[in-house]
Amino acid sequence: MLKITDLKVSYGMIEAIKGISFEVGDGEIVTLIGANGAGKTTTMHAISGLLKPAGGGIMLGDTELTKIPSHRIVSMGLAQVPEGRRVFALQTVEENLTLGAYTRKDKAGIAGSMEKVFELFPRLKERRKQMAGTLSGGEQQMLAMGRALMAEPSILLLDEPSMGLSPLLVSEIFHIIVEINKNGTTILLVEQNAKRALAIADRAYVLETGLITLSGTGEELANDERVKKAYLGG
Amino acid sequence: MDFLSYLINGLGLGSVYAIIALGYTMVYGIAKMLNFAHGDVIMIGAYVAFFSIGDLGLPVIPSVLLSMAVCTVLGVLIERLAYKPLRAASALSVLITAIGVSYFLQNAAQLLWSSSTKVFPTIVSAGGISWNGLTVSWLTLITIGTCIVVMICLTLFINHTKTGRAMRACSEDKGASVLMGINVNKMISITFAIGSGLAAIASVLLCAAYPSVYPTLGAMPGIKAFTAAVFGGIGSIPGAFLGGLLLGVIEIFAKAYISTQLSDAIVFAVLILVLLIKPTGLLGKRIREKV
Repeated sequence: MLKITDLKVSYGMIEAIKGISFEVGDGEIVTLIGANGAGKTTTMHAISGLLKPAGGGIMLGDTELTKIPSHRIVSMGLAQVPEGRRVFALQTVEENLTLGAYTRKDKAGIAGSMEKVFELFPRLKERRKQMAGTLSGGEQQMLAMGRALMAEPSILLLDEPSMGLSPLLVSEIFHIIVEINKNGTTILLVEQNAKRALAIADRAYVLETGLITLSGTGEELANDERVKKAYLGG
Repeated sequence: MDFLSYLINGLGLGSVYAIIALGYTMVYGIAKMLNFAHGDVIMIGAYVAFFSIGDLGLPVIPSVLLSMAVCTVLGVLIERLAYKPLRAASALSVLITAIGVSYFLQNAAQLLWSSSTKVFPTIVSAGGISWNGLTVSWLTLITIGTCIVVMICLTLFINHTKTGRAMRACSEDKGASVLMGINVNKMISITFAIGSGLAAIASVLLCAAYPSVYPTLGAMPGIKAFTAAVFGGIGSIPGAFLGGLLLGVIEIFAKAYISTQLSDAIVFAVLILVLLIKPTGLLGKRIREKV
């Protein structure tokens, strides 16, 4: 579904991503783990077009994403939940969700998607008229996920969804990610919380200072001595 | 009765400031830049209306529409040619460019139409409504009415349409807006189009009240409206409305009760005072980040 080939991204003179290749297959949960500054968010931004890659290719199905304007990527079926949620604080929950369906024209379909989001996150339904800025961190994460789902993407990119959340909420969020995947959405997950990410991932890649150093199934990596030592606390 | 009449005249002048201030505040809200050429778009609008009424002999309403069309295209062109290439540049470069565009327009007008003042035709008949010795001119009524209509339409557009929602999203977070599939450049163009179209309306109202057309005509109303936008809280649409009206009233009161010469100084002194007490302006909000 998503195939990254020899991707390079630079910030001025500094090469943040030094040529990485990885793949996300139809219906999979694939996770990219790595320490702070390894280049996880940079990779995500390059895929969704927020950053222009210095080289390499990003194929979504038959479409080369680096060749189309960034605002058209979501209508190709790829939606991203950005790091730090980035909900529109001054708009209501409902307006945020409506913005998630910005590229869609089918009113009935949009209403249906909103019902599905409310089923997945009942808390959002209760707070639908509330400004997004007044929500708690966990609720904002749910809103950011719901907003991305409003585009009915075939692949969902999640950037650090557990950041800053209580352990209980983290469990809830990961549970919902699995749920979304079961409903047929492919997932690419970037996480610092490697333990949780590997537990739900079909496959995983380890990113270290701009290069992929290890890859395998979620289980393989969870049992790998190097991964255990570096990311799972011994 | 004098007090009431000054107040209504102040609201009339303030309505013009408010309509101009909307252009500043909307562009700031979305493009995060101060478009100092906005005042000169007013000047171009005034010339277009002047030629349309005087030379083409068109009635007032079609002339206003023509002026709006020209200003809208001009505003979008200015953005495309002068500001868009600087999207990634520092705020200072953009500011200097805006000042450059302002001088360019003033000099172009001087070259095309000479620096001599042209007399704008009378478009609103004298007289008005009298009540208990208080007379309100038709022009003041039309100006205040136009401002209210503009305000209502704009508020409805911004709050209840898909494009309005997308514009608000862009003003909060451009990156996240792109992730929603919003074409940020298009939203910025629309903002410039609306602001410049409103500038054309303001130009005709302004020239109806002060009937002289000259190349630097937009400078003073431009800077006053900018002040009004900051006064109300730049980026805020109700703020521009409130700031504009207050500024107009303060200016007329200062002229009437204190001194004609000092009125501008008083207006700016009030601005400084407000900003000292509330740096974000009257209705400006600061978004606090939640972790």
